[in-house]
Amino acid sequence: MMRRRAATRLGLRYLTAGAVTIVFLFPIYWLFIISFKTPDEIFAFPPVWWPANIQFANYAVLFKDGDVVVVWNSLVIAGTSTVLAMFFGTICAYSLVRFRTGGDDLAIWIISQRMMPPIVIVFPIFLLYVWLGGVDTYWGLVLLYTAFNLPYVIWMMRGYIADIPIELEESALVDGCSRWQVLMGVVFPMARAGLFATAVFTFVFAWNDFIFALVLTRTEVVTYPVQVTHYFGGQSNFWAKIAAMSVLGTVPVFIAVATLQRYLVRGISMGAVKG
Amino acid sequence: MTAQAAAASHPAHARGPFLERNFKYVIVAPAIFVLLLVGLFPLIYSLIVSFQGLGMIEQDTSFQGLLNYKTLFHDARLWESIGHTLIFTAVALPIELALGLLLAHLFLEKMPGRAIFIALLTLPTMISPIVSGATWRLLFDHHFGPINQIIAWFAGHQVPIIWIINPTTVYPAILICEIWQWTPFMFLILLAALSNVDKSLLEAAELDGAPYLTVFRRIVLPAIWPVMSVALLIRGLDLMRLFDIVWALTRGGPGTMTETVSVYTYLEGFEQFEVSYTAAIAFLVIFLLTVAVMWLLKRMEIAR
Repeated sequence: MMRRRAATRLGLRYLTAGAVTIVFLFPIYWLFIISFKTPDEIFAFPPVWWPANIQFANYAVLFKDGDVVVVWNSLVIAGTSTVLAMFFGTICAYSLVRFRTGGDDLAIWIISQRMMPPIVIVFPIFLLYVWLGGVDTYWGLVLLYTAFNLPYVIWMMRGYIADIPIELEESALVDGCSRWQVLMGVVFPMARAGLFATAVFTFVFAWNDFIFALVLTRTEVVTYPVQVTHYFGGQSNFWAKIAAMSVLGTVPVFIAVATLQRYLVRGISMGAVKG
Repeated sequence: MTAQAAAASHPAHARGPFLERNFKYVIVAPAIFVLLLVGLFPLIYSLIVSFQGLGMIEQDTSFQGLLNYKTLFHDARLWESIGHTLIFTAVALPIELALGLLLAHLFLEKMPGRAIFIALLTLPTMISPIVSGATWRLLFDHHFGPINQIIAWFAGHQVPIIWIINPTTVYPAILICEIWQWTPFMFLILLAALSNVDKSLLEAAELDGAPYLTVFRRIVLPAIWPVMSVALLIRGLDLMRLFDIVWALTRGGPGTMTETVSVYTYLEGFEQFEVSYTAAIAFLVIFLLTVAVMWLLKRMEIAR
């Protein structure tokens, strides 16, 4: 009797879980499937739920017209800014943890930098960049994303570095290593898992950002989210291109998430939960 | 042993005693410099410019006193955009929290395949908001989109709902997209928080025959509150700067019906190019947000 009730309960849970998952994944399914449809299938009424055959013409167009370069731009910008933010953020976090540089005040000031709405930051930055020649350049966006991600990296890495046993560093110092060598040779390797997890989120923030790129790019370094909005026209929307470009920009993120499943929670909640 | 002697005895100290002595400041400096450049500079610059008269046509750098700030108070469109932002926040945040909590309870107990479900449910949060806006625009299309088709199945006849143009459906449309994208975020964090709640307390309460709602209020809620409040703060701040989803779905339309503060600021700054006035708006936003965050942080600490 008890066992049957438990089985029914489990069955109900699977049913609910399945239904919820279908509802949440349907939009993603629709986006992907549109990118494989022919124009006739996209503009069919009633909608085609499953295309007759999968075809890649929508992607071929993006490659032929050279639009796909925006994915490369996103990769360069998000990649470079991630490396910079991780390096400078981690050494800063190390100082905050081990030497308590600036105390709590500095740490709180740093995290408060993250709370500012991007639109408020980007407007004066745009005026500064017009003056410095940073609009529509790689370095302009790299600098901005590095700065925007630094508070997150510092905040996260503080937690990971605090977990490293201090004895390891002390024995390296006794062995005659300089502080710098300890940082590079002991702390960085020991914080590997944390570095990896934090870097993925840092990358995703920069990769997915729209507003900074919208303001600071024109033609040369357009990133993929900005390019997606270029396909929305006044009269006709280029649905096939919207879908195909969106998929190109989304797949790398999904791959990153799949490989880093177990670090997800701590990274997403800014360390509020030890996952 | 002096610093020099130490450096001489260890050739590895080639970076010199300066680095060794000021090590903790040297490694903080680059990050602080970048943050000051990109964080503090805009603040100071906006403050100065907001007292001037820079616009598209006028290049008036003379100081105008509080003129721009006075204009703020008579700018109906600005206050409406603040109102829209508050509506989005007030509706989306509780729904995301409630749905996140329900989902977290659904997946709290172990079951085979649980990890796969959780991984799949995470995906919407990882997508670029501009892409999710675009996706929902395709879904909501009144003719070729699947949403109206699904509604038609239930209604028994075709429904011509023009989601993102009709004033009565445009808010639900944006909110559905927002809630779809960020409920998984709440779910993940709350699931982790719930998993850390002391099981023995729950079992004791269950033996006493207390209904789950009571157990939740008395035991679970206080235990997850520290994490839940951080999640609410992060999401609340994100909602206050809502831009991408609205931009992709409606660009603030129809008319100015769904303009958020960020959208309005963008239009003033980058389409009207009202430099000084935009700076004043930016400052007002920073001020209001700072007050709100301070107040919230205080409240949450008391509640703890």
